[in-house]
Amino acid sequence: MSSQALARELRASWAFIERNFNFTKRYWKWELVFFVYTMANSVTMGFIGKGIEAFSGTKLDTSYLILYMLLGSILWGYLSILFEIVAETVAWERWEETIEYTFMAPVRRATHLLSTCGYAILYGILRSGLILVVVSVFFDLDLGRANFLSAAGILAVSSFSFVGLGIVAAVLPLISPEKGVQVVHIFQALLLMFSGVYYEIDVLPMWMQQVGKLSPATYALRGMRASILEGRTMPEMWNDVWPLILLGALLLPFGLVFFKRMEVWAKKRGVLKRSG
Amino acid sequence: MADALLANNIVKAFKKSRKEIKALKGISLRIKEGEIFGLLGPNGSGKSTFIRIASTLLIPDRGSISIFGYDSVSNSASVQRMINRVSVEASFFRKLSAVENLCFSAGLYGIPRREALKKINGLAERFGLDLKRLKDPLEDFSRGMQQKVAIVRAFMTEPKMLLLDEPTTGLDPRAKRDVQSLISDVKNTMNTTMLLTTHDMDEAEKLCDYVAIIHLGRIVASGRPSELKKQLLGKVDNPSFEDVFLEFTGMSIEEAEYQEVESA
Repeated sequence: MSSQALARELRASWAFIERNFNFTKRYWKWELVFFVYTMANSVTMGFIGKGIEAFSGTKLDTSYLILYMLLGSILWGYLSILFEIVAETVAWERWEETIEYTFMAPVRRATHLLSTCGYAILYGILRSGLILVVVSVFFDLDLGRANFLSAAGILAVSSFSFVGLGIVAAVLPLISPEKGVQVVHIFQALLLMFSGVYYEIDVLPMWMQQVGKLSPATYALRGMRASILEGRTMPEMWNDVWPLILLGALLLPFGLVFFKRMEVWAKKRGVLKRSG
Repeated sequence: MADALLANNIVKAFKKSRKEIKALKGISLRIKEGEIFGLLGPNGSGKSTFIRIASTLLIPDRGSISIFGYDSVSNSASVQRMINRVSVEASFFRKLSAVENLCFSAGLYGIPRREALKKINGLAERFGLDLKRLKDPLEDFSRGMQQKVAIVRAFMTEPKMLLLDEPTTGLDPRAKRDVQSLISDVKNTMNTTMLLTTHDMDEAEKLCDYVAIIHLGRIVASGRPSELKKQLLGKVDNPSFEDVFLEFTGMSIEEAEYQEVESA
């Protein structure tokens, strides 16, 4: 790629990121609604952790349970944002009726999708960070053993695989304007169920555990909990890190190639248009 | 003059509820550089399908379109750098302002921010847009104003070929006149080749150097507007462009629209 072409792609990339932040600004009331909803959900999970001692009647490490539930809720919130923003990028353009203009612009599809992912990561970190701050007001969190460097590492590695998964899912609204988004949400709900967001996957029936092993969220959640609750380092968590690296290395390029292929299919079928 | 667009035997069919709809049944066109070419036809005649193939958004089942020598399928990236489009719906992010929308568009075409803002101001002034309103959300603009912003968006990228897909449909008479005079103005001052689709016969006659009438996915007549009218002399007194359409399709534009909708 020539330096001129690279400069063009970088400008296009910034255009996508800036546009999405402009959306966030303009739809601030909805942002507030979603923020309050996610925050309330996280706080509720924290209180469930706190209340388990009363249910069981035995003495438990309540602080550990609270943090366990909160980490599940906040990390799932972050991964969901990543997945949703990327997966719904096509659907969003269709709702706004701008899809034809974006897809006929001289921009590489990889630039288009990866820039959307870049925004999703920035937005997800900001939002999850803010939720963590608000939630910490409600609970006396013991973060004395937390290894934040490892946590950041897990967050970075898991982001790749979730972005890849999001790009694969983005194909659904591309090829099925009417049903694509619904299927994306079903897929997201199944990820939540199989990945042990609020429990260890060992409690699941064996067949569900096998499915859970294919989800990057399983390793991301386990790694994040090990970093924050037990202060583990990245090498100590290698059993969770390598599947994340592998899934990211497979899903991201596969997602881009798959999307490109399906874009050609959509152009043949005539579904790359404003209405279904 | 060189060929700006060359379409060779384009065939396109769509499957809808197990039914196959043949939108284009072998369209061949040649558009010369710098001219305004009108593709005339009722709703559902295949005009927009043709524009979407030229825009690289649709792949034909058979045939090919090349724009300034580049194939719209195998060399779509080169074609995309040379074209832009104004469609019947302005298609903007409604909550974003005109400037935010235009800067986004400029970014996609690799135009630096400072240059984009200069172009936006220059074109907005030229096309009669109130500069103060450019920071307002597009949803607060009238349809006519939105269409003018869409024209600014298209010209900002300095396309060698502009695809105008019914740009005046649904506009009030004043906004329609404004957009038509903008197209005339551009024709007189820039060397942009334009493909205009319309079902407005007067508009086609007024703006186009050359026209082709498309009916049920086929080109049934083509030529300069004056030449087409001349062919009716002796048959019709003082023929209008409506008469031209009637002569070549065997029905009025209203009847043709009804038929196209029925067949779809």
